[in-house]
Amino acid sequence: MDDFYRDFILDHYRNPRNYGHLDRPAVSAEDLNPLCGDTIRMEFEVDDGVVREVRFSGKGCAISQASASMLTETIKGMKLEDVAKLSKDVVLENVGIGISPTRMKCATLGLRVAKSAAIGEIAGWPDEE
Amino acid sequence: MIAVRTAEAIAADFPILSKPTSRGKRLVYLDSAATSQKPQAVIDTLVTYYSEYNANIHRGVYEIAERATEAFETARSTVAHFINADHREVIWTRNATEAINLVGYTWGLQNVRSGDVILTSQLEHHSNLVPWQLLAEKTGAALRFIPADDRGILQLDDLEKLLEGVKLLAISHVSNTLGTITQLDRIVPAARAAGATILVDGAQGVPHLAVDVKALDVDFYAFSGHKMLGPTGIGVLYGKRALLEAMPPFLAGGDMIRKVEYEHTTFNELPWKFEAGTSNIADAIGLATAVDYLSELGMDWVRLHERDLLGYALERLAPLERRGLALYGPKDPALASGVLSFNFADVHAHDLASILDTEGICIRAGHHCTMPLMEKMGWPATARASFYIYNSKADIDALAEGIEKAARVFKL
Repeated sequence: MDDFYRDFILDHYRNPRNYGHLDRPAVSAEDLNPLCGDTIRMEFEVDDGVVREVRFSGKGCAISQASASMLTETIKGMKLEDVAKLSKDVVLENVGIGISPTRMKCATLGLRVAKSAAIGEIAGWPDEE
Repeated sequence: MIAVRTAEAIAADFPILSKPTSRGKRLVYLDSAATSQKPQAVIDTLVTYYSEYNANIHRGVYEIAERATEAFETARSTVAHFINADHREVIWTRNATEAINLVGYTWGLQNVRSGDVILTSQLEHHSNLVPWQLLAEKTGAALRFIPADDRGILQLDDLEKLLEGVKLLAISHVSNTLGTITQLDRIVPAARAAGATILVDGAQGVPHLAVDVKALDVDFYAFSGHKMLGPTGIGVLYGKRALLEAMPPFLAGGDMIRKVEYEHTTFNELPWKFEAGTSNIADAIGLATAVDYLSELGMDWVRLHERDLLGYALERLAPLERRGLALYGPKDPALASGVLSFNFADVHAHDLASILDTEGICIRAGHHCTMPLMEKMGWPATARASFYIYNSKADIDALAEGIEKAARVFKL
């Protein structure tokens, strides 16, 4: 697990991209990982079914926060309906390394919240699909 | 004091501690506050029970059933003697949580009324908080909390005022998050004077301190076997006999009855009145072996050993404070058990635990089932190392080196 914490991960953890809030998000969702208390909130600005702007906020470990930060870059410009269909593979591609089972929920919390925002209800855990 | 064995020699009694991790590292187990490891003697006790005299207890008239009944009831006496209780005052439960809930659902519903006060503290584990929230909801009683300061030490200046109108004082013996040892010698007499019934959550008490329930003068004392070298699934509720006699049964079924008619049942005497259904026979007997093991070391030695380890840990980790290590709790081995909570710079506790895991070091990270305390202190999570009889200074050195590795991984 220690090879997870490479420079770009630490950079996303310490300088999260698209961090903060939108004035009038079209859709939003938030959730916490009950195991550790990590929280993530995602807000999207949507135009013509396409996610034009993304902001996330929250607190937690490097895995959850860096994964969420990278995900915001993936999502920007995507169709909302495609965000709803994302699987955990997108997270694994972003981090570029395997995640141990105990930390998988940390890594996929941001994705779960993004999908919840896209479908308008609480999505399942991406690692359990 | 008898024990003169080194922690290294004691560790050799625990087979898991000599098995390297999948990365080939020595297992450095610093999570005994969650659950302790088991000595070979306890494992052997379970194997012997299942391979030589597995039978249901109390009614079998054949040889192995008699042997099982004898071992099961002797185990009760062993545990009773360990905490200076009468064997009729020792009720087997699954764990401390179940023991506390038993009191809530029986004594609590029978005695707590609307307008009564249940006093607990800001340090409690969810197991000694949530059952009282439920009881308060059901009865209309109010919850009140003894405050803790920033070091996790209970503030007792206003104790007498806090105790006004208190029906039940429910308090932990030792904080599982910060290791703080509760000043029961100050709190219990005051609660007595106020007329309160006193329950102590001893999940972190009995494993680490010599406990004499009569000297403590508490009404109920709950603890878990698995945190004191015993198997999981076995715990104890100690209760003063008069209180237990007056309480209604908790669960109903076999073994807790004296005579059953279609419309009416006479309940069994203590302690079986509270033990419905087939008990956890093997694990109760295993817990007695664990108690024998601890008795041989002597609980005074256990306490001194943990004091030494905590003192050494505070000293060994102090240089890391300059690099962003924040140590929590009383930071005084005289006031705390072998538990140390901390955070390191901007490394989240879960990341720290993952990095330590790569070195074979097991610590806990998160809220430690004390979410209100974490909220009060403003800690989203902490890392927690906890020590027991098999830990040595080498384990603490490994922890310090592991934290330095985390500093390198996080480029600090």
